[in-house]
Amino acid sequence: MKHRSLVSIDDFSTEEILRILERTKEFEKEPTRKLLEGKVIATLFFEPSTRTRLSFESAINRLGGKIVGFSDASSSSVSKGETLNDTIRTVSNYCDLIVMRHPIEGSARFASEIASVPVINAGDGANQHPSQTLLDLYSIQKTQGKLDDLNIFMVGDLKYGRTVHSLVMAMSRWNATFNFIAPEELKMPDEIKFYLDNLGLKYYEHNDFTDIISKADIIYMTRVQKERFSDPIEYEKVKNVYVLRNSMLKNTKPNMRILHPLPRVNEIHQDVDDNPKAYYFDQALNGVYTRQAILCTLLGIN
Amino acid sequence: MYITGNKLITGKKMKEPKQMSVSAIENGTVIDHVPARNLFKVIQILGLDRIDNQITFGTNLESKKLGRKAIIKIAGLYFEDEDINRIALVAPDAKLNIIRDYEVVEKKVVEVPDNIVGIAKFMNPKCITNFESVVTRFKVISKKNVSLKCHYCEKITNQENMQII
Repeated sequence: MKHRSLVSIDDFSTEEILRILERTKEFEKEPTRKLLEGKVIATLFFEPSTRTRLSFESAINRLGGKIVGFSDASSSSVSKGETLNDTIRTVSNYCDLIVMRHPIEGSARFASEIASVPVINAGDGANQHPSQTLLDLYSIQKTQGKLDDLNIFMVGDLKYGRTVHSLVMAMSRWNATFNFIAPEELKMPDEIKFYLDNLGLKYYEHNDFTDIISKADIIYMTRVQKERFSDPIEYEKVKNVYVLRNSMLKNTKPNMRILHPLPRVNEIHQDVDDNPKAYYFDQALNGVYTRQAILCTLLGIN
Repeated sequence: MYITGNKLITGKKMKEPKQMSVSAIENGTVIDHVPARNLFKVIQILGLDRIDNQITFGTNLESKKLGRKAIIKIAGLYFEDEDINRIALVAPDAKLNIIRDYEVVEKKVVEVPDNIVGIAKFMNPKCITNFESVVTRFKVISKKNVSLKCHYCEKITNQENMQII
């Protein structure tokens, strides 16, 4: 292969993932370094994602790199009918690495095959978002001191949430036990359960968000999105069932931390924010360090 | 193929339908146990509609295993395994008889390959393969029920959600 891209978390071996997490730790200690000086990074956001884009751009800026790109497709040549193929081939000439977010599934894989520079998938539709998975792994490792043998609870939209799917697949490398809490309509897809069955890993499914969270090492909250429901009455019924409140945390383990890919709406009550077990904003900060590590790894910079 | 138009003859006593026989070939390949509904897909995948060889085929023949099967006889043509396995998606039970001098000299079965390239299209409307000009690629996850994982959108699908290009 001419160069390395990051399209799906499965593109990286366990050793490579651990190496990125080690590097993330180094960047956390010293985030401002001129490692990307003289480099141009393209951030192509064919659909808006302010959080992910700012996180990447912050990572690039802290490393002294320069950024070219666009933050939504309407301000790019896509609006003139250019194919992704042509956009990627052209932009490859202007930069040393492409960070791309695109609404179509598989677009990042496709881009990585035609680009002459490495591509980082910053989300391709409902498919993959590997930098999110890596920052989740880093947050878990940092708060738990390890990745092995943890009890991971996932709550909310487990059907469409790509972050939870990728995280399940990734954590399955470290013998995790999973608990899935979701309404019937948003249960974890069979595909993922089948994957865990094949590995012989334990998982439990629950409809109710109850005291069982006392067993959790990590509670990974996700947003239940209204647009996912065919029946709006169903949404109204479940939207307030999967809300995490401070009072529910009383019996949880001392090492337990709450993660959320953000943005949050109401699924974590604001009274949780000041609880030391709330980790989601730190998690977002870890995202910058993780992306620094990914950028340098793909560009072969030590 | 020809149709015996018995049912179109009205007002007259119908004749005994002619026995249609797909004649034996001297040299070539016989592909048997093709599901009748997928006959034309097999023809298309193997490019039989674009060659000059003599080809005879019969379809809707009775089969205990498949219900209705089709059979294709291609004179003067032999296939590489790699090529013939391309029909595995639409005719997983197909059997090949290799004919030389009117004799069956070899029998082969179709094997589902590990990867399927450029034959099928996935009907996921959000998959990049439905937007850009790109050769489709699938990894075969299960050979038994033929479930495939798209190399691009990474969704797992079965034949129901696929279209032969």
